[in-house]
Amino acid sequence: MGTPSVLWNVAKKCFTVGVISLTVSDLFSSIVPVRGASMSPTFNPKTNSLLESLSDDRVLVEKLCLSNYKFSHGDVIVFCSPDNHKEKHIKRIVGLPGDWVGTIYDVVHIPEGHCWVEGDNLASSLDSRSFGPVPLGLVKGRVTHILWPPNRVSSVERKTSRNRVSPS
Amino acid sequence: MRQWRSIAKEAIDRASIIVKFLCLLHVTDAYVVSSNHVLGPSMLPTLNITGDVVLVEHLSHRIGKLGSGDLVLVRSPLDPNRTLTKRIVAMEGDRVTFSLDPTRSFSSRSLVVPKGHVWIQGDNLYVSRDSRHFGPLPYGLIEGKVFMRVWPPNSFGLLG
Repeated sequence: MGTPSVLWNVAKKCFTVGVISLTVSDLFSSIVPVRGASMSPTFNPKTNSLLESLSDDRVLVEKLCLSNYKFSHGDVIVFCSPDNHKEKHIKRIVGLPGDWVGTIYDVVHIPEGHCWVEGDNLASSLDSRSFGPVPLGLVKGRVTHILWPPNRVSSVERKTSRNRVSPS
Repeated sequence: MRQWRSIAKEAIDRASIIVKFLCLLHVTDAYVVSSNHVLGPSMLPTLNITGDVVLVEHLSHRIGKLGSGDLVLVRSPLDPNRTLTKRIVAMEGDRVTFSLDPTRSFSSRSLVVPKGHVWIQGDNLYVSRDSRHFGPLPYGLIEGKVFMRVWPPNSFGLLG
């Protein structure tokens, strides 16, 4: 009589907390770790292979932008990789639909509903220069603040490079 | 003073029940099953042109149990605010042959669906805008699998 109802109460509380946190992380904001050095020096400026998971930056990702998918040049976004839907990448938007973006070899027109993303560390970043424009439907959120490590807590600013992108 | 405290407590209790219910509704809608109103001529004769209400389940695509022949709800690669309902014709690695414009010519093109993508087509090839126009669809854009139609009542039943 005593123990099953205690277990049932604990299970109900866990389920409620789980459902509420899942809703908040889907609709409002969530915290994700940044892996890799493709966004140096904005995130992970020093790669330390020994303490990798502890020293990775943790950033705040807001999901309110997903109601109308309106982004600006220079936004840092989280998106599912077009080649593997289970992986998520964090890169900066360089081109929006209708823009012409210059790569080394040619000039690419960004089709409707897509965006061009690049990492801040162009030397070691796998981005739109390899897999082409990314459909905006794959975007899962926008990075607004760095929350960890404490000495680098700050908001993430938009950075645009005017010399490579020309609007439609 | 005590009256305000008990009123406030009751208001918070009622509000928390509503919040919990809305969160449960969102989780069910996004991760289990949801309903969707689909309309348009691109899936005739499977789906009506005037609009059907279908049930979409959101479990199969997360565990990788989608295959060719499944009806899926996808986010449009041309406009992220719109969703499309089409049928998967080929999975990654399959070779797909298609004709761009069946009314004009017999010429056809053939390609292999790249990794992480699927090939979707509407059942009504003449008016459907699908992978033949915008290319292979990244798997991450798939939102769910359509499995049942609930409206209009005379065509209630499982869809295949």
